[in-house]
Amino acid sequence: MDYPNQSGFRQQPNVRMRGTSMDTGDASPLFDDTSAGGHKHSGKDAYTGQAFLSDPMSNLAMAYGSSLASHSKEMMDKNLDRFIPISKLKYYFAVDTVYVGKKLGLLVFPYMHENWEVSYQQDTPVAPRFDINAPDLYIPVMGFITYVLVAGLALGTQNRFSPEILGIQASSALVWLIIEVLAVLLSLYLVTVNTDLTTIDLVAFSGYKYVGMIVGVVAGLLFGRTGYYLTLLWCCVSIFVFMVRIEKQLHMVLKFQL
Amino acid sequence: MAFTLYALIQTVILFTNAIAVLHEERFLSKIGWGAEQGIGGFGDEPGIKAQLLNLIRSVRTVMRVPLIAVNSVCMVLLLLFG
Repeated sequence: MDYPNQSGFRQQPNVRMRGTSMDTGDASPLFDDTSAGGHKHSGKDAYTGQAFLSDPMSNLAMAYGSSLASHSKEMMDKNLDRFIPISKLKYYFAVDTVYVGKKLGLLVFPYMHENWEVSYQQDTPVAPRFDINAPDLYIPVMGFITYVLVAGLALGTQNRFSPEILGIQASSALVWLIIEVLAVLLSLYLVTVNTDLTTIDLVAFSGYKYVGMIVGVVAGLLFGRTGYYLTLLWCCVSIFVFMVRIEKQLHMVLKFQL
Repeated sequence: MAFTLYALIQTVILFTNAIAVLHEERFLSKIGWGAEQGIGGFGDEPGIKAQLLNLIRSVRTVMRVPLIAVNSVCMVLLLLFG
């Protein structure tokens, strides 16, 4: 088994570790983490069963049990982190209402936006809360769920609805998303573009199209056939322009680094 | 088109099997897609054809053993459940 090491498409997740350096400290700018209050609860519980727990042996057993529980929780977190990078995922969900509103407007009307650069903070990209050009996963996830529901609604108006249809639509949309991400990955590999885009970024970008689909279906429900086709055409062109501008921006960043 | 996850798994297994079955000497060299023709120069731009040939060769090398296991599981399941 020898693989000639060609300089080609290589995803480099080490270059831009989103959020891992920002997430470890206590003052994490991503979220306000209130999980440090867990220890107070076990202290409170000790006071209620006072007679039972005044025995030093059971005290020792409780201390041992709580330390064992926290140790196993740590180990499970560490093992889970190996398969699903949870700290990196947290970066993509650090959004707020202003960002979501602006991003939705940008997805439907990207023609007036001038500055498409993703701002960095010491070599790591800034959280989506502070930069409108950064990709996030909140809009794709919510868009996916909303699309399944709106498609169910549209089928209901045509009297073709049944509860299994929701599940079929959901798995069908998921399968198409997976196929699209695989196709994009394959094309990026074949064209040997050295890019910083991780797989999650590609999932985020592919998930942005659900917004256009929802707008199209709602317009079709309100305005009939012509409304549906016109809105669909508009959303297709908008998403196309959006993607081209984002990708051109990323490519220019790469050329500058080289 | 209502695809299910099961259809996707079937498609992936069939495609990987198809790539793994391409024989090196009898077929690929005859149509000019052999392994030697993939490594052009050592320049910066390998080109699409070289990347594609590299991908085919890697898939064949890496996926041989897992495909045997996956195909056996599929055969057993299809025999049992139709």
